[in-house]
This record gives sequence, structure tokens and C-alpha cells, in this order.
Amino acid sequence: MNGILDWFKDSAHWHGSSGVPTLLAQHTLLTFAAVLIAIAIGLPVAVWLGHLRRGGTLAVNISNVGRAIPIVALLSVLSLGYVGTANFGPFGRAGLATLITLALFALPPIITNAYTGVFEVDRDTVEAARGMGMSEREILTKVELPLAVPLIVSGIRLAVVQVWATATIAALVAGPGLGQLITEGYATYNQPEVLSGAIIVGAVALLLEGTMAFLQRVVDPLARAARS
Amino acid sequence: MVPAVADNCLTRNEWICGKYYSTRASDLASAVGQHVHIVVVSVLLGFVIAFPLALLARRYRKLELMVVGITTAIYTIPSLALFSLLVPISGLGLSINTVIVGLALYSLTVLVRNMLDGLRAVPADVKESAIGMGYSSTRMLFRVELPLALPAIMAGLRVATVSAVALTTVGAIVGYGGLGTLLINGNNTEFKAQVLATSVLCVLLAVILDVLLVGTQRLLTPWTSKAVAR
Repeated sequence: MNGILDWFKDSAHWHGSSGVPTLLAQHTLLTFAAVLIAIAIGLPVAVWLGHLRRGGTLAVNISNVGRAIPIVALLSVLSLGYVGTANFGPFGRAGLATLITLALFALPPIITNAYTGVFEVDRDTVEAARGMGMSEREILTKVELPLAVPLIVSGIRLAVVQVWATATIAALVAGPGLGQLITEGYATYNQPEVLSGAIIVGAVALLLEGTMAFLQRVVDPLARAARS
Repeated sequence: MVPAVADNCLTRNEWICGKYYSTRASDLASAVGQHVHIVVVSVLLGFVIAFPLALLARRYRKLELMVVGITTAIYTIPSLALFSLLVPISGLGLSINTVIVGLALYSLTVLVRNMLDGLRAVPADVKESAIGMGYSSTRMLFRVELPLALPAIMAGLRVATVSAVALTTVGAIVGYGGLGTLLINGNNTEFKAQVLATSVLCVLLAVILDVLLVGTQRLLTPWTSKAVAR
């Protein structure tokens, strides 16, 4: 335990291109950029398919496919291929390959949850909206989407936490982020560094999980209605 | 002068290279063997631990929160960190067992959850008729509840197995990653044929194991496929 405290106290670990602030910034930036890209691509498609009530097998199977592809494999193929391992702005070395990989890994929970959320909106409610003369667009934006929000947000929450934890693996393929503390500490038999890296990643994961759970409660229209 | 180097797809470092497969077939085979060993033993170990945990959690409500909470918390530990952290534990060290124990811990989350869900979904009137027929609770568990919960349990096993195939690659950090070890070596030496071959084999392995589990489930629960055919 003392080793970990000493590691945290050592100011050398808090400066420079491999210091905790830089790695933490890379890791955070990667996670949120990847999830935002996945939301921008996956959410409209999944919501629209859910509204049409079509493509259910696709929406469900996409998460099975995602589970079968190892992140190291995808990252390695991308970084040895056209994408390369060059520094990508604030994302660090092999930044673009890592970002693409993580965005792909954020897609399945977002797509599956958004599709299920819209698909499972009570049909009577949708029929009532149609009977009131709402257009398809209004039904989607004013009825289905608000009711699907809890599941959509829970998919995003899952994606954020998963991508955060998965991003550490990037270091195994010389990628950016906090995983570097773990691989470097492991390679140099520096147990306190491995533990410190794991503690930082784990603590932020719990923080993200808590924040997202709070956010989920705030945006849930039914729970909000029950409170007021 | 440029030294004479044999000109083939290996020296040209091509993605797809027949010579790679013919010259490294034994490397690939032993990596696949290790990969399968790690996945199968870890999921079995996870199953053996998850089963009593699920039964306890079902029986005692307070334990359920604890069991589900702890197994979910394990899931948030990054795999890279978990494997490195298991190394100093005595008895594990730098061995294949480190990766197996790590993956077994990960599989607990989905296995416990699906066992609980499956057992809960057994209709109350079915259980009542079993009690009425004089079934003891042990007999009811094995003859009525488990068979009915089997589809959910098998679904959990499938998710756990497919995830384990992908996660095994991370075991490369402790030197026991099956195909992952070759994959990372290939990546570090920019050996494209090896990276692509091991990546594709990983995905294939996941698909094959998944298909095997689906087949097993069909055999074990013939009534579910009949319902589909109707």
C-alpha cells in the first residue's frame, strides 16, 4: 500500500507526456469522442428502425458480433493498415486507430438499447397518437422518443463505462491512454504503478457510472412526472 | 548493394500470405489449443462458482444485492489491470491459471444474472403442481426449475463464452493469451500476415464455440425448437 501512496506522491508521475494528467486527458477525450461518434451514427438508425419496427434481428445481432471481435485484433489491424499509428492531435499515438476501434465498440449497446426502447413503446399509445392526427414524424419525436429515453440513456451509460474500461487495452497495441501505466508498470516490474493505474481507471469508471445513473434518473420523463 | 532476399509474400509483409500459413501452421495450432483451453476451463470454472452463488442469491434477498453488486463491480475492472493484479497472488503467478481465473471472474456477472433470471421466470403454478405432486425442493430444482431455466442459462453461457474468446487475447500481457500472444507479437514486429490470421481465427473460434453451444441447447431443450417450428 505504501508503494502506491509513494507513487501518487511522486511529482514525476504528474508531469510530461506520460504523466497522469496527459494520459487521463487522452483517456477521457477518447472515451467521450468515441461514444459521441457512435451516438451520431447509431442512434438515428436505431431509432428509425425501431419506429418502422423493422431490422430487429440486425439490431440484436450487432451486439453479438461486437462481442466476438477482440479489441486488440481490430486495433492492430487498423494501426498496421491505412490508419496507421501516427499521433492524432490530443488523442496521442495511434489516436485515430484507437478512436475508430472504440467508436465501433460503443455502437452495439447504443443501437440495441435505442432500438428496443422505441420498439417497446406501448402500441396503444402510438395508435392513440395516430388517432389524434399526429404525423409519423410527430409520433416519433413527441411520443416514441420521450418514452424511449430511459433505455436510450441506459445504452449510452453502458457504452461510456465499457469504452472507458476497454480503452486501457489500447496500450497493449502501443495506443494512448491510462493503460500505458499498467503495461509500462508491468513491463518494468513496477507493481505500485500497475496498481495505481488500475485504481485511477477503476475510480473514474465508478464516477462515470454514478454520474450517468444520476443523469438517467433526471431525464426519465415518467420518473420526473412521478416526482412532481 | 542490396543483399539478396527471397521475394515472397512473407518478405513483402503482405496481409494475406499462404506461405505464412504453411510455415507457421504448428505455431497457430498450439495458439488455438491454448486459446480453447483458457476459454473452456475459465467458463466451466465460472459456471461452477456461479451456480451455488445464484442459488444462495435466490434464497436470501440480502445476499442477492451483494452477489450481483460484487460480480458487477468485478466487471468494471479493466481486463488489462485484472490480469496484472492477479499475477502476484500466490499459486497463480505467471501462468495460464492467472488468465483462467481472471476470465472466470468476468464470466460470473452474466452467468449469475442469467441463472437468477431463468430460475425466477419459472411459472409459479408449475412449481405449485410440482409441490402438489410431492416433489422435494432438491428434486424440483433439478427436475422442474433447471430444465425450464435452461434457455436463459445457455444464453448466459453463450455470452460468457464469446466474450471470453475475445478477452483471452488480453492475457498476452502475462504471456498466456492464446492467439492474442501471437497477435501482439505480430503487432509489435508489424507482421501483417500474423496479425490478420490470428484476428480472423479469434472471430472464427468465437463463432464455432457459439454454434456448438446453440446445438447443445437444441439437444437439451427439444421443446423450444418444436415451439418455433409450429
